[in-house]
Amino acid sequence: MSDRATITRFPEIREPLLRARSAAGKNTRPCPAPFDAADPADLDIAEKLPDIPDVSEVETVRHFTRLSRLNYGIDHGMYPLGSCTMKYNPKISEELARRFQAVHPADTRAMNTVLGYCALLQGYLREICGMDACCLWPAAGAHGELTGMMTIKKAVERSGGARTKVLIPDTAHGTNPASCTIAGFTTENIPSGKQGYLSASTLREHLDGHVAALMITNPNTLGIFEREIQEIARLLHDNGSYLYMDGANLNAILGIARPGDMGVDCMHINLHKTFGTPHGGGGPGSGPVLVTKELERFLPSPVIVCDDSGNHSLNWDRPDSIGMVHSCLGNVNVLIRALVYLLSLGGEGLREVSLRAGLNANYLKSRLSRCFDLPLDTPTLHEFVLSDRYQKEHGVTTMDMAKALMEFGFHPPTVYFPLVVPGAIMVEPTETESLEELDRFAQAMETIAAMSRENPQTLHETPQACPVKRVDEVWAARNLVLTWGAGESNEEDPVSK
Amino acid sequence: MNIPDDLLYTQDHEWGRIEDGTLRVGITDYAATELGDIVFVEFVEKGSHVAKGEAFGTIESVKAVSEVYAPASGTVTQINEPLADTPELLNQDCYGDAWMVVIEMDDPSEVKDLMDAPAYEEFLAQEAK
Repeated sequence: MSDRATITRFPEIREPLLRARSAAGKNTRPCPAPFDAADPADLDIAEKLPDIPDVSEVETVRHFTRLSRLNYGIDHGMYPLGSCTMKYNPKISEELARRFQAVHPADTRAMNTVLGYCALLQGYLREICGMDACCLWPAAGAHGELTGMMTIKKAVERSGGARTKVLIPDTAHGTNPASCTIAGFTTENIPSGKQGYLSASTLREHLDGHVAALMITNPNTLGIFEREIQEIARLLHDNGSYLYMDGANLNAILGIARPGDMGVDCMHINLHKTFGTPHGGGGPGSGPVLVTKELERFLPSPVIVCDDSGNHSLNWDRPDSIGMVHSCLGNVNVLIRALVYLLSLGGEGLREVSLRAGLNANYLKSRLSRCFDLPLDTPTLHEFVLSDRYQKEHGVTTMDMAKALMEFGFHPPTVYFPLVVPGAIMVEPTETESLEELDRFAQAMETIAAMSRENPQTLHETPQACPVKRVDEVWAARNLVLTWGAGESNEEDPVSK
Repeated sequence: MNIPDDLLYTQDHEWGRIEDGTLRVGITDYAATELGDIVFVEFVEKGSHVAKGEAFGTIESVKAVSEVYAPASGTVTQINEPLADTPELLNQDCYGDAWMVVIEMDDPSEVKDLMDAPAYEEFLAQEAK
């Protein structure tokens, strides 16, 4: 282990649960509180004291500070989690969004400003995607998918059709079939073929009078642009079906290609991926839905309207709408962050985002394909997929290598996804990494590849320098414990079993 | 890779064993190895009718969730109930104790579309390319 440039940034001691530090009477405050939570007489409704740990202020602060040091985030280093787009979140977005935290939804004057910003963001998103209408309210990508599929469902019902089926290529995100099912469709998986994209001829074989839509991600989860997308759109429209695009990978084509020009009828955007707002435990997401003119009347209520004097308000009078999908303007703070991101980059800057994301990914791909198997040689954009085929000859798997990367101070890439590549390692560096950081990552991967030949046993035992070592995932999956009961000992530690 | 001679195989890596007009079904050694440690299985209810190629159950490993597809159309007459509590059997004895369901076939001649052991071995070799 000594030949490795390991990074130890973890405290020596293991942080127990706050409950383990609890003891009666510890909670003494240095300054008086407005009421005494320990005295039930001061509380109007409580029948008994809440079952929370009795700890002092300093213990509480240290507990959470220590836990935060065990965490890893984009502010620590590179987070190459493929398809999740963990790019750096600019602090200017945080700063400006913070100024709107105290706005109350009933404050009409302040809300006029906020609604104006929402309308501005809608306009930019429509322009970027080449779509006619936009709804900002869905709270996350999968929520956007569901909203989009419900919109299509309503359109299908209104046209009197009995179309019930949605086609989904095998390179799709796992949420796609789930969203379709909840929206009331059945799904059919279609193969994307050896070249890693869906061919129009394959689609043709699956089209019939039952197909309501095709749900495709472009570029797909292999990082490959769906080059037959326009022909695919034509086939679908001739068949009376809609084209839904999962915009999870929109960050690869900003200012370069527009879904509307590809023939897309309905799509969602992940603001938290493409437009640099926090996610992955770091904050709520946002999944705006964009549609063509034809589908606009089915979009969720309310919609933002602007009168002649420039005042914005919400219009709820929409008889054809699928209804409300989120209260109070969705995750409005994320919307403001995304707007700041857009405005600070401008049109040319956004295009640069996609070009650099592609450049960074292709630099890493060309370097790493010297020591890792690259299962498809079709050109890729912002991300790429390797496999563990070479390392498996030495008994080293994708999971071993993902765990080992943590020792080098990197978050592991996405593993075992997409399912079309066995032992997949999906890398998305994003545009926000410097050449130095990319080189550091490539070096770590090359060291791991060398270790898999010379000392495979070591890799099975990684990580050693992290606060939690190799977790027994099989044991955890077979013995699900989903609740923490009061009184359970902190020594009860499934990790070490 | 263990590919018993007396079984029939699908391209989705299920095996079938003909037993008096019924078909005992499970997943192959290749499927179990590729999935890795299997942690959960769930099947349709006994008595359900499944069409050839239709999913009759779900398998979950630490890597992925997959469906298992019926090699032939028919009624599910038996389900390997203990497998729900011991999914690890699929990694240990996929052709024996870890069989999944027995299907009473609508049309026993449907099995002619399935591969024999040499054909399945050839199929796996092609897949690996």
